[in-house]
Amino acid sequence: MSTLIDIQDLSKVYERGRQKVEVLHGVNLKVEEGDFLALMGPSGSGKTTLLNLIGGLDTPTGGSLSVAGERIDRMSGGQLARWRAAHVGFVFQFYNLMPMLTAQRNVELPLLLTKLSASQRKQNASVALQLVGLADRAAHKPSELSGGQQQRVAIARAIVSDPTLLVCDEPTGDLDRQSAEDILGLLRELNREHGKTIVMVTHDPKAAEYANHTLHLDKGALVEQAA
Amino acid sequence: MKSFGTGLLMLLVVAAFLALWIALPWQGVVLLAVLLALWMTLTRRGRQTWQVTRVGLSTVWQRLGSSSVVVVGIAGVVGVLVAMLAMSEGFAETLRATGNDHTAIVLRGGSQAELNSVLDRDSANVVIQAPGVKKGADGKPIASSELVVVANLPRKGDPNSDSNVPIRGVSGDVWALRDQVKIVEGRKFNPGLRELIVGKGAKAQFEGLDVGKSLRLAGQDWTIVGTFASGDALESELWGDTQSVASAYRRGSSVASVTVLLDSPQAFDAFKANLAADPRLKVDATTTREYFSKQSEGLTKVLRIVGITVGIIMAIGAVFGALNTMFAAIQARAREIATLRAIGFRGVPVVVSVMLETMLLALLGGLIGAGIVWIIFNGYSASTLGANFSQVVFRFHVSGALLWTGIKWALAIGFIGGLFPALRAARLPVTTALREL
Amino acid sequence: MKYLHLIWAALFRRKLRTFLTLVSILAAFLLFGMLDATRAAFSSGDSVIGVDRLLTTSRYSIIQSLPSSLATRMQAIPGVKAVGHANWFGGIYQDPKNFVLSFAVSDNYLDIYHEVQLPPEQRKAFETTRTGAIVGEALAKRFGWKVGDKIPLQSTIFPQRNGDKIWPFDIVGIYTPAKGAANGTDQQFFFHYKYFQEANAYQSIGNTVGWYVVQLTSSDKADPVAKAIDALSANSDHETKTQTEQAFNASFAKQLGDIGLIVSAIMGAVFFTLILLTGNTMAQAVRERTNELAVLKTIGFSSGSVLGMVLAEGILLLVLGGVIGLAIAAVLVPIVAKGSGGMLNLPPIGAQTWLLGLGLMVVIGALVGALPAIRAMRLNIVDALAGR
Repeated sequence: MSTLIDIQDLSKVYERGRQKVEVLHGVNLKVEEGDFLALMGPSGSGKTTLLNLIGGLDTPTGGSLSVAGERIDRMSGGQLARWRAAHVGFVFQFYNLMPMLTAQRNVELPLLLTKLSASQRKQNASVALQLVGLADRAAHKPSELSGGQQQRVAIARAIVSDPTLLVCDEPTGDLDRQSAEDILGLLRELNREHGKTIVMVTHDPKAAEYANHTLHLDKGALVEQAA
Repeated sequence: MKSFGTGLLMLLVVAAFLALWIALPWQGVVLLAVLLALWMTLTRRGRQTWQVTRVGLSTVWQRLGSSSVVVVGIAGVVGVLVAMLAMSEGFAETLRATGNDHTAIVLRGGSQAELNSVLDRDSANVVIQAPGVKKGADGKPIASSELVVVANLPRKGDPNSDSNVPIRGVSGDVWALRDQVKIVEGRKFNPGLRELIVGKGAKAQFEGLDVGKSLRLAGQDWTIVGTFASGDALESELWGDTQSVASAYRRGSSVASVTVLLDSPQAFDAFKANLAADPRLKVDATTTREYFSKQSEGLTKVLRIVGITVGIIMAIGAVFGALNTMFAAIQARAREIATLRAIGFRGVPVVVSVMLETMLLALLGGLIGAGIVWIIFNGYSASTLGANFSQVVFRFHVSGALLWTGIKWALAIGFIGGLFPALRAARLPVTTALREL
Repeated sequence: MKYLHLIWAALFRRKLRTFLTLVSILAAFLLFGMLDATRAAFSSGDSVIGVDRLLTTSRYSIIQSLPSSLATRMQAIPGVKAVGHANWFGGIYQDPKNFVLSFAVSDNYLDIYHEVQLPPEQRKAFETTRTGAIVGEALAKRFGWKVGDKIPLQSTIFPQRNGDKIWPFDIVGIYTPAKGAANGTDQQFFFHYKYFQEANAYQSIGNTVGWYVVQLTSSDKADPVAKAIDALSANSDHETKTQTEQAFNASFAKQLGDIGLIVSAIMGAVFFTLILLTGNTMAQAVRERTNELAVLKTIGFSSGSVLGMVLAEGILLLVLGGVIGLAIAAVLVPIVAKGSGGMLNLPPIGAQTWLLGLGLMVVIGALVGALPAIRAMRLNIVDALAGR
């Protein structure tokens, strides 16, 4: 297996007024293609920042960050947007679906950025919804779905354009135990059956168990910890 | 079905309110305001309301953008409405002031305007000698045989434009007949000469009417020898001697009208009956008040209708703008209102406070709109085509009554714009509102 | 276009707010439509058909008549195709309120005013009937006149020779104005100058006409011909003023007052308020959607397309409300015109008003969308997602 994500000496400094806060420093990390990695750590440890950097939502202050051989730390905002559209799927804690669009339309959203025809978009979205087991809820709006179902729609949206990388920020943080397990099972299936590389931030040790392995962050750096 | 019923009820309430509101004189409004103030200071519920209102008002500044929508929207409605009505009222008033009950104007039967009327010299003399016409110190009847013609003059600042400016030939003792006319510059014209005096209004609106200038009319040169003021529609005119004007415009000895001073306003009916009974005459006699008032009727009506129509359409827009703002304000304050309700405040203080806030914003808007119009337009002079196919110069008149009308409109818009959001605020389920946000 | 459903959905995210805003926009454009019709009604000087016509009036005043002897001398001027003339009659029908735009015209008048279209047999009947009159279809409709009717018209100016103020007329034709005719052409009443002259109590009228109408061989000769005509009577006691029909109409409309200025002032106030109102709504809407916009950007929508979407939302909002408002105005204007009984001659809302209206909608829409759109474009994903 080859390395998908290669992070070297990565640092991120935020400026809050005059104060400079170093959220990440000296992070070195390699993620193999097809891996399922859980990132854990106390709040403020920088795990979400690291995830945002990997997902190309933010740019690092120092170090290098390449995904599938592309130096995304050197990309401009516009390039990053195009890159994200093609290579990354996002899953958030609060699902972040468009409230006024149906499940089907929500899933179709990333496909609007492709050259697919309307009928192809519709078909691909249906396939993705089927994969997450929500084909029968395609016409429902988010408000008519349970939390678990909303998160499934969000996952369908994340995979519909067939990205190599899935970036998940506390995907089960807002769900009850049963729904959480369903979602994690779905993520594991996507990882094992469909070869998606997944990076997941969580504070729940049970959730982390679904991953292939877990890394811990504390005060902006990766720490060795006996599993 | 129930919501339809409530909707209908609300509509009736609003309609009833508007009907009452329109009929309410200012004393009534003051009384209402005093009652409200008393309620808010003397009763427990009232004091609660005042507290809630104060909290709401203190957040207005944080919602400056959306609050200003209410204020500016209503200022716009009131401004346009008051300006249009001031124009209509100013025009009507200028013409109304031109006439009075103790002078009468006699035209050829069916003519309606002096421009269309022709009286030969004999008829004019019969009218002047008729009983009921007041005699002067010299024993002669106080009357003026007049002729109105129209000259093309350019408007000030627009040398290529043509405006029809009325030229009135006056005769006899016109100065006693129209004692409101005062020479403010230069002197009176001399009978028999080609001399003119110009009204103040005409001088201000049209080019080349300064004293000493000469004017080419009907192929002849006329000299302007004076300026007069009268505070009415006559100020739009140029005056000369009837004989001179008639000969220049080749009217022979005929005139257009005869205006006479009556012994008293009561003498009019007899004067009129007398002329009607005279077989030598085919004339219409009216008091000058009626004659001039009638001339303003058409345009005044049109302006009023246009002003009110435009006002209503704008008011609808402003009502919806206010609704939007107040719904948003309540949304933003949902938690606070719910907390008040949870503590034990009842619905009434919440409803009243929201209404009060909206109406205060509306009042501010109304004052701004009416104030701007008053500053810009009160006394603003304009002209239009009047009954004699010629220009009538008039002034916008922003009266106290009009300002009051504007404020009433503003408060009505505020009332409707506040009512529905207020009711929603009162109905807000406490628990969900507290959980949200 | 594939983003349309996204924009549409965003617009109706809060139905009540959008509805309230739409009604405000609707009201503004309803007003725009009606006021523009009013403005057009008072500036009827834009008949495309009349470009090859000049009007010759007395230089000193519109009410002064001109000698009829001028006609042959005017006809001799190069560039003049035909010379007709007309007199103001000042007719009223039954009641002083029922004013009729009536003119006594020369025999060739209908050839010069070719927009007055009459069926050939009615034209023939007009030519052969001394007391014949032809009326515009709108006027005929107003008083219920039909071909063959005998109607009395009273002149506010001219009595008949027998002292009677009432003039009898035979309606022999009802005309329809051609396309492009000036507004109000269908409200007029024409009859023979000969009848007017012979039956008139004022015999001196026989040597004079109210004004001349000159048809040019081509419209670019307007200036030299007008100068030549005015030169004929220079320094006489009946000097003339010759101008194009358009210039004449424009100057006449101006005398009523600057309707255009009043309309612009009102619309200025209305649109200023509208921009403030919808701008505020849009800002609110975009603030509420910060999170959703951040998600769109996360998924890979570029800043440019987010900017475009918010702008398009503003424009869509304005166009939606504006088109409905203008459509209502289009329905209402003819009703108002009818209801005023010919007093207010409002033309129907034309393509020009629609174009101007649509232009305003797009501009105002872009204007109110601009600030929120820029805000949306600059949105920092990380901050927005974190709720900062």
